[in-house]
Amino acid sequence: MNYPIIPYRIFPLGDTAITVDFGNRIDEALNNEVIARVNQLQQYPLPGMIEVVPAYSSFTVCYDVLSVKKTINAEQTVFELIKQQLVERLQQPVHPKKTVLEIISIPVCYDIEFALDIQYLAGTKNISVDEVIDIHTSKNYKVYMLGFLPGFAYMGEVDERIIMPRKLQPVNITPGSVGIAGKQTGIYPFASPGGWQIIGRTPLKLFDTGNEEPALLKAGLTIQFYSISKTDFYEIQNSALRKEEEPGGEI
Amino acid sequence: MNLRVIKAGVLDTIQDMGRYKWQHLGINPCGAMDKWSAQLANVLAGNNRMDAVIELHFPASEFFFEQPALIAITGADFTANLNGEEISCGQPVLVSRYSILQFYRLKKGARAYLAVHGGFNIPRWLNSFSTHLKASAGGYKGRALQKDDEIGIHSLAPELSALTDKKEYQILPWKTETNWNDSDDTIIEVLPGNEWSRLTQPSQEKFCNQSLRITPQSDRMGYRLTGEKLLSQTDEEVVSSAVNFGTLQLLPDGQLIVLMADHQTTGGYPRIAHVITAHHSALAQKKPGDHIHFRLTDHQKAEDLLQKQEQHLQQVQNACIFRLQEYCKR
Repeated sequence: MNYPIIPYRIFPLGDTAITVDFGNRIDEALNNEVIARVNQLQQYPLPGMIEVVPAYSSFTVCYDVLSVKKTINAEQTVFELIKQQLVERLQQPVHPKKTVLEIISIPVCYDIEFALDIQYLAGTKNISVDEVIDIHTSKNYKVYMLGFLPGFAYMGEVDERIIMPRKLQPVNITPGSVGIAGKQTGIYPFASPGGWQIIGRTPLKLFDTGNEEPALLKAGLTIQFYSISKTDFYEIQNSALRKEEEPGGEI
Repeated sequence: MNLRVIKAGVLDTIQDMGRYKWQHLGINPCGAMDKWSAQLANVLAGNNRMDAVIELHFPASEFFFEQPALIAITGADFTANLNGEEISCGQPVLVSRYSILQFYRLKKGARAYLAVHGGFNIPRWLNSFSTHLKASAGGYKGRALQKDDEIGIHSLAPELSALTDKKEYQILPWKTETNWNDSDDTIIEVLPGNEWSRLTQPSQEKFCNQSLRITPQSDRMGYRLTGEKLLSQTDEEVVSSAVNFGTLQLLPDGQLIVLMADHQTTGGYPRIAHVITAHHSALAQKKPGDHIHFRLTDHQKAEDLLQKQEQHLQQVQNACIFRLQEYCKR
């Protein structure tokens, strides 16, 4: 069987992790390979593997040096052994999960009270605010990776008509804020300094420490934004709060 | 019964060996900055090495013991005092109830670790006791310790608590060196990172030869370092990818940041080098104003040194378990 192997580079990330990089760029095909590899490694871990961390075009295997060290002779390094096992894995094909495409819908209120930078973005791009909203809600986005903050999803790619670079100086950002940076779009789960152009806010809780699976999103998922009014925003936020207060719910 | 905080320190948190298996969701591992010292404190207190400890920064919290306890303090020397009398670090200490533990003066290091026999009676979050300050989860209520906090501790075995009735405290007659070794701990060994070759030849030499100062913009997330500017041969972007405890990133201004326990899971700055795990402890005991030098090493040496540290900890642990058993039989 002919399996086209995507060229990659493999390098240490210190003495406890190894990274495999398929090209140092934001590219859906490369990211699909990353997700497929990560899923496979999570299902069939290498001996000594602690976890695997997906990113845009790379994934990183963190391993337990001491547990593997016990099983090898003194001249060998754990790094070389893990690297060799990874290279062997990479020669095997992976089969991306063929499931029905599930789209997660995320309500966003694009009201200027929340969308601090939407007028600036519209002005810079010579389009109306409504057009920004139409463009942002008109396509599906792929979650490429999580990072920066717990539950922060890097998603792409936005239509080129609303591509905007980051701000030069980060500002304080409210949780739930939806932003654009280059061709990426993302949602801040926590209050944080950030440089993304903020175009709306979601009432959904992106990260809930009370949940067994605390992040709402994960790498590989497909999402779509839909526009809601301010009234809807508060309604959704309050009903979520009410749920938390219900007896038997999370405290 | 509890360990009560009667005065808050500047940043004292419950930590353990870290929260792993969740980095794919952007949840950083946290954990003790100096894991060697955290484990040693647990070993001396007769605990499992994975148990929770309190990581103290100076000025540190003051504690009141509502019940007898067996404790150990390792890492930085903050001049620990029990009821006004100085006690030494690196030794198990039996504390009688109603004792007060204070830290008077910063003598050496940056982070001290307090372990209490039996560990703390707090819930785990995602399988770890470590405090995740950003997510306000884990540790004690997901935050740094505050005045009047009451941290649950387990009761001592009767044969141990019987001993505490005699005196206010009792230093048990065995101890261990709290530093890993006495060689120059300002030399921090590193492995080259993926973007090491981006540095110009003179900058690579500079990296290995210069003394770097740790700036005040240093915390549990990372240390900002200043030295001579390092030059990159390219400004090609690095697409966000995983980083690690000890990763040295080159910032756009030519200075370095070294990532520590609360580092983000991913980053987009060039990864020049990575501090070897066996030297995390020495690095974690550095504070703003201290100077360090980097020296390149290889995987063989890095892994061997880590294994040596592990064997040492295992030996100390075996000895401590034995001594404590013998002591209780007396």
